[in-house]
Amino acid sequence: MTETLETVPEVGRARRRKEDTRLVTGRTRWTDNIQLPGMLYVAFLRSPMAHARITRVDVSAARRRPGVVAAFSGRDFADEQGSLPCAWPVTEDMVQPDHPPMAVDTVRYVGEAVACVVATDRYRAADALEAIEVEYEPLPPVLDMNEALKPGSPKVHEAGNKAFTWKFSNGDVEAAFRDAPVVIDRRYRQQRLIPSAMEPRAVVVDTDGETFTLYSATQIPHILRVMLALTTGIPEHRLRVIAPDVGGGFGSKLQVTAEEVLCLLICRRLGKPVKWTESRTEGNLTVHHGRDQLQHIEIAAERDGRIRGIRVNLLADMGAYLMLVTPGVPLLGAFMYNGIYKMDAYDFTCTGVFTTKMPTDAYRGAGRPEATYALERAMDELAHELGLDPIELRRRNWIKHEEFPYTTIAGLTYDSGNYEAATEKALALFGYDKLRAEQADRRERKDPVQLGIGVSTYTEMCGLAPSRVLGSLSYGAGGWEHADVRVLPTGKVEVVTGSSPHGQGHETAWSQIVADQLGVPFEDVTVIHGDTASSHKGMDTYGSRSLAVGGIAIVRACEKVREKARQIAAHLLEASPDDIEFDRGVFRVRGTQSGKTIQEIALATFAAHNLPDGVEPRLDASATFDPENFSFPHGTHLCAVEVDTETGAVKIRSYVAVDDVGTVVNPLIVEGQVHGGIAQGIGQALFEEAVYDPEGNLLTTTMADYLLPSAADLPDFVTDRTETPATSNPLGVKGVGEAGTIASTPAVVNAIVDALRPYGVHDVPMPCTPERVWRAVQEGAAS
Amino acid sequence: MPQITVTVDGITHEVEVEPRLLLVHLLRDRLGKTGTPIGCDTSNCGACTVLMDGKSVKSCSVLAVQADQSDILTIEGLSTDGTWHPLQKAFHEEHALQCGYCTPGMIMASLDLLRENPAPDDDAIRKGLEGNLCRCTGYCNIVRAVRRAAAEMSGREVSAT
Repeated sequence: MTETLETVPEVGRARRRKEDTRLVTGRTRWTDNIQLPGMLYVAFLRSPMAHARITRVDVSAARRRPGVVAAFSGRDFADEQGSLPCAWPVTEDMVQPDHPPMAVDTVRYVGEAVACVVATDRYRAADALEAIEVEYEPLPPVLDMNEALKPGSPKVHEAGNKAFTWKFSNGDVEAAFRDAPVVIDRRYRQQRLIPSAMEPRAVVVDTDGETFTLYSATQIPHILRVMLALTTGIPEHRLRVIAPDVGGGFGSKLQVTAEEVLCLLICRRLGKPVKWTESRTEGNLTVHHGRDQLQHIEIAAERDGRIRGIRVNLLADMGAYLMLVTPGVPLLGAFMYNGIYKMDAYDFTCTGVFTTKMPTDAYRGAGRPEATYALERAMDELAHELGLDPIELRRRNWIKHEEFPYTTIAGLTYDSGNYEAATEKALALFGYDKLRAEQADRRERKDPVQLGIGVSTYTEMCGLAPSRVLGSLSYGAGGWEHADVRVLPTGKVEVVTGSSPHGQGHETAWSQIVADQLGVPFEDVTVIHGDTASSHKGMDTYGSRSLAVGGIAIVRACEKVREKARQIAAHLLEASPDDIEFDRGVFRVRGTQSGKTIQEIALATFAAHNLPDGVEPRLDASATFDPENFSFPHGTHLCAVEVDTETGAVKIRSYVAVDDVGTVVNPLIVEGQVHGGIAQGIGQALFEEAVYDPEGNLLTTTMADYLLPSAADLPDFVTDRTETPATSNPLGVKGVGEAGTIASTPAVVNAIVDALRPYGVHDVPMPCTPERVWRAVQEGAAS
Repeated sequence: MPQITVTVDGITHEVEVEPRLLLVHLLRDRLGKTGTPIGCDTSNCGACTVLMDGKSVKSCSVLAVQADQSDILTIEGLSTDGTWHPLQKAFHEEHALQCGYCTPGMIMASLDLLRENPAPDDDAIRKGLEGNLCRCTGYCNIVRAVRRAAAEMSGREVSAT
């Protein structure tokens, strides 16, 4: 027996990432890198009209262009393309219109595919698009949600412009508002956002005549495979889906796209491998958009600041169709408008509205940032109304750490948390009192550059999700996750995860978990993912679920491996399995030095010369974990901004985030997720907006028009953590993918409004561009 | 079709190209240099940044014919004899990448930045990388990585003299 064991646990170590090796050297495997013999390139012709009947499509001239192999209109696929799936019928009477991947009769947003060309290279495919003739009969665009719901509005679909109305109520809301000493009544607009993953979407499909292999820049290879089988009728066992390296997603690659379906059908039709890669303009037009809600929030409160009840009314822009989880996104916020606070009554209504715009769907945080924004903005308004410090108002309302587990007014049971600790730490790091003093000083001397302090506390339901809960919300699938753990003859370990990453660092974090669980070196673990042939089962990556669900599946599989190894060790050591202890990779007879390493047991299992009766010669195990509850990370973010009241320019001076994401597997990765999330939330607060003109044309089709924050636009972030382990899973982990995005948007806007309170400003609509800030100052001063 | 001669990561290629062919498509589709990705079509994101005769260019905005007789360095040619360049090491050490799609361009742009300013402060790094977008990291760790690489690179030069 050899002992070469690390004594420091891997979980908690700031391991540098394994995946970096290929990423920093240019050996990355993006979908667009794939070149196959005889491969053809697909280009799509897209609707320039927001809403129109297609009266004629003629692709014949395109077919005669050099290098063109085929050209198709929507009608050419009408019998086989099916309808793009929506997996979340949120109400029984939800209107779920047919969604052909390629438009046949009607187009309903600018960018919808109406025809395509298949050619020998991407330049020739693009050239031939101009030879396609399409005639449209214009129909009126439908762009404004309030207008869309009025009788007599032009209809996006025959059944009307309302997709659904979904309600939730708990407690006597009428009573809470009746005679309430204070009522805050505010309306906020969640502007439409473009997720903007750096890697554009790409699809490659190959066939041997029997089976199809589809490579896609997707977050969801497993869900995609099932959905493609159901949509196209190609049997699931003849479909293999591979997500190679995927360059960011943020929800935008949680989709079953028209292009994936159509490339599959084109490959089947032609019997040749095909590739499509979007341009950034195509991406801005046709990658599903995010947010786009009109929020009406009312808070009834006592004079001392205690919340009596909250009432929320949402209009959520679905866009032209319901895509994979479009209608469910606003409802993921339905259980979060109460945030971290206690109250007696809560009422939530959401109406989904069709417009002639690109469909919306999941975008980092999905529903929860919207809820947190409206709540935290309104809490600051309440604090201002009552003359209370915003921190003090929150303190008077939040669930105290000794009150966990706590069942909220929205019906969720928060297992753990310590809002006091996170807030105290944030205040200290931020220098809250000193900044307040500076603010008072600037106000006093009427400094044209005012200082604002923004507070944002949050929790989120993540670790999506308990299958039963998803079922009760009418979601079409479960929320479990799968893992296989295989100890190879040499003692090295392969881990297959169903959670397919796109930048999160699963290969590193999963290796750390397995290293601890099996007592093997970190370097001896390889993580396999993203290919339905090698990873047959999974629910993929979104909703901060990978660690809290997929990570636990790995723990469970490792437990099973250890149990098998214990049986074999007992046999080899001629002891009872009950007397075998496991300690950092060694199975030892209790109270003796006699033991076998897991590597020795792996080799003995492979040889199978001397195994106990009835024991199979394999040291591997699978586990599928279905959580019993969500996990609830929380935190306190504080932002200081300098606002130039003469120009409207906003400068973030300092930003402090203290997050509690439970037990941390890798602090480096956690910090990185928080940094990126904060940046993305700041993007919404200050820069980003997808803008349609009155005819329904998207104006922000390039990165020159749709502003993503650059390094020069952002400060360094101060991040820290408190660590209150989740009690709902054996690792105590909660998830961190969305936290930063949820907290930062309200922190920044609260800071801007705080800076401008002396000017009579109570809101600045997002994104808070210099023009909007300047106008708010002018209007505030005039009122 | 015009014939051009271009050296990419130390290997000289003679290729016939359409006049409209973009340098990045020459690299990726014709020469198999897929380490350089494409993130946009308008030279905003910088993912496709390479060095052309020592200076950074966005290869989606350069025609292949403009690269005739030039020496191109991509992310794939940055390490020598299997040893990572200080920037590659620093990006790894500082966790300056997540999905990694912007990383080749970010590293090549940083290389040019450090050529012009071997000891930039954080502000200079942030301004210098303004033309390279990252959606994952929030840039904090990228700034740290460039600072770290700058220190190592200047240290190495000092010890070499």
